[in-house]
Amino acid sequence: MNRIEARVKVTGLATYAAEYPVEGVTYACAVQSRIAKGRIKRVDGGQALEMPGVLAVLSSEDPPRLAEDADPELALFQSREVAYRGQLIAAVVADTYENAHAAAAAVRVDYDPDDHDVRLSADHPGLYRPEVVNPGLPTDTGHGDVEAGLEAAAATVDVTYETPVLHNNPMEPHAALAFWDDEGRLMVYDTAQGATASRDLIAATLGLPPERVRVVSRHVGGGFGSKGTTRPQAVLAALAARAVGRPVKIVLTRQQMFDVTGYRTPTIQRLRLGADPEGRLTALEHVAYEQSSTLVEFAEQTAVVARVMYATPALRTAHRLVRLDVATPSWMRAPGECPGMYALESAMDELAYAAGLDPVELRVRNDAETEPDSGLPFSSRNLVACLREGARRFGWEHRDPAPGIRREGEWLVGTGVAASTYPARRLPCKAVATVRDGDFLVRLAAADIGTGARTALARIAASTLGVAPERIHLELGDSDLPDAPLAGGSMGMASWGTAVVRACEELRRDGKEGRADTTEEIRSDAPLARHAFGAQFAEVRVSAVTGEVRLARLLGVFAAGHIVDATLARSQFIGGMTMGVGMALMEETLTDAEFGGFLHRDLAQYHVPACADVPDVEAVWLEERDGALNPMGSKGIGEIGIVGTAAAIGNAVYHATGHRVRQLPITPAKILVPRF
Amino acid sequence: MEITLQVNGVPRTVDVDPRMSLLDLLRERLGLIGAKKGCDHGQCGACTVLIDGRRAVSCLALAVAVDGSQVTTVEGLADGENLHPLQAAFIERDAFQCGYCTPGQLCSAAGMLGEPGPSAVTGDLLADPELTPEEIRERMSGNLCRCGAYVNIVSAIAEVAR
Repeated sequence: MNRIEARVKVTGLATYAAEYPVEGVTYACAVQSRIAKGRIKRVDGGQALEMPGVLAVLSSEDPPRLAEDADPELALFQSREVAYRGQLIAAVVADTYENAHAAAAAVRVDYDPDDHDVRLSADHPGLYRPEVVNPGLPTDTGHGDVEAGLEAAAATVDVTYETPVLHNNPMEPHAALAFWDDEGRLMVYDTAQGATASRDLIAATLGLPPERVRVVSRHVGGGFGSKGTTRPQAVLAALAARAVGRPVKIVLTRQQMFDVTGYRTPTIQRLRLGADPEGRLTALEHVAYEQSSTLVEFAEQTAVVARVMYATPALRTAHRLVRLDVATPSWMRAPGECPGMYALESAMDELAYAAGLDPVELRVRNDAETEPDSGLPFSSRNLVACLREGARRFGWEHRDPAPGIRREGEWLVGTGVAASTYPARRLPCKAVATVRDGDFLVRLAAADIGTGARTALARIAASTLGVAPERIHLELGDSDLPDAPLAGGSMGMASWGTAVVRACEELRRDGKEGRADTTEEIRSDAPLARHAFGAQFAEVRVSAVTGEVRLARLLGVFAAGHIVDATLARSQFIGGMTMGVGMALMEETLTDAEFGGFLHRDLAQYHVPACADVPDVEAVWLEERDGALNPMGSKGIGEIGIVGTAAAIGNAVYHATGHRVRQLPITPAKILVPRF
Repeated sequence: MEITLQVNGVPRTVDVDPRMSLLDLLRERLGLIGAKKGCDHGQCGACTVLIDGRRAVSCLALAVAVDGSQVTTVEGLADGENLHPLQAAFIERDAFQCGYCTPGQLCSAAGMLGEPGPSAVTGDLLADPELTPEEIRERMSGNLCRCGAYVNIVSAIAEVAR
């Protein structure tokens, strides 16, 4: 079965948020702060208001009504304080897109600027220990004596890795189209990874009961976390529609997306590892330094990977945060695990060299029987099998570990390996299944952001009902449907699928209708460590002349429970790995220390992988049976593909060149500089 | 300003703002949402259409500048109910996920298949190069896909190019 929505997507008929034909629509354009910190003295919209087609100027001169406890990133125009450069401080509404943009440029803003601080460092005086890290995990953990373990070790590594600000950059810009109906109910077509959550947050921001808001997101042009939380465009469209009494559409520009739709925090990570003469860990310490804004505490769970990966008698993990005059970081594909595993798996490669062991063998020797931090048994853990299968497929056994010795003309050649992991969780969800015209209708407010959720859920419903998937019709992407959690955290399919199975089981018993609410079922889940695992193998070619790194091939082997749909899963794994190629080699947003805000604000400056950057990427998986997850036996697969990719590539670059780059991305300058 | 152009074979006469791009004309005035706005700066390729048979990023073309042109968008690729071979191959090879870059990828590929001459990766600059995966990757690098469907996009296009 191909994707259910395949035909509308290839014929241009699929409707994304800004594309619904709505009578009398008007256009909003946002004005952004040009200082990083300070106070707005005055917003002068007079000239803009006199321009053709302009209907309204919104700003803190006349703050629109919002809930007093609104999320500060969504509390538009409520305060005159500026928290970061690029913050939305005003907006213009006009009859056409061209008129709105011209008028937005004519809004005059006077500021009273303060000195700003936008630089993360590991010795920043403002560093503190947050109460918890996302999504509610302990900030610091540990057992055993790390110092004694390092003291007794035969081989040690003490290294610091850095990752830059990274931007999700989904292809569809964040957009919203909003209008208020005659009964005062707000309708928002939003770019949301979850219609239920978006409805709830928009309602809370506007101080409305949730039933007075409806959010529809039938097709979403990618999100990768950046559409997982409601973004300001949805609130702005609602406010503007209320102000002008007409439907309002807003599409953030690509530049604005960099400023107000979230990003992955930069990280500085110190890793200290020790191993005995057999290569068994004697100690592991992982400390992460990260940033958040002055508005909201966002504490990425970067060092939690060390709590899951390897057996060690002494373990310490810690997170420290500093609040800067920057936009609030947010979720980006595999938040925590992705930057954390880059550092841990790079450091493990360094330890393999320090201990004189093959990096696959080092990981095998340190495989954990139980979750190292919690002591909980794993529901299933097949990291070793992934490493062995990957090594076999990749031809690892013939590898000479010596770095910097393989040269083909201009090109230095090397290979690298890294492990992957991502939690397998699920959240409560509702669903309704009914009979319609002899077929079956399944309804829930799930989201298809490109994962193929409709298709996978149709398969799950079909297999529960014992009918062909073509007989299942799915409705999703609408908050008027039964409440469902986000497409995020690799939890979507596990959460929605559980509800769909239970609803379909009840439909079979009832004959007419099945309703499910999985809250109780999930509450009674046994305490177990549930994670997917994988192994990534990369081969790179590095130009000895220019320092350019070219990926030659990339292989991912994953153990992620039962795979619901092989075609969709392969696309997801490869997609995640491809984003990991970008993280390794090109993606980076520089922060402007002088003026605040970001220096990279478009796709010519922020490079994502293009077709020519991605030659040969292959993803395979092991059959893994795990009865302790959900009725499908599945683990989420949306994020694990990106976890470990950058480390595998970085380790391959070291193998090729003999030079260890510890700051992403691995650009030509970082290869060439040490040569001179 | 009043302009007349053929869009997917249909003559359209529209009064346009001289600041309006062809992309905004298609999306906001003609109701053709297939061409996507991804960056509005010619950097991502999501808005690619065919102008007089050649692929072009419609966000960088002013509407007034295409007066008298023939424009083909993704909505015009299929022959009625029969999908264009590229559309069918994209479905068969799962060459998209979110689908937002897809119309641009399809129009770009349709234009690319008819383009003669060498590219930056062609060895023999005088020969008419075969569309190997390497050639396809090079020639399709103006169309970004953040979902990372390139592997399947290349295999779909290679199938049609054969």
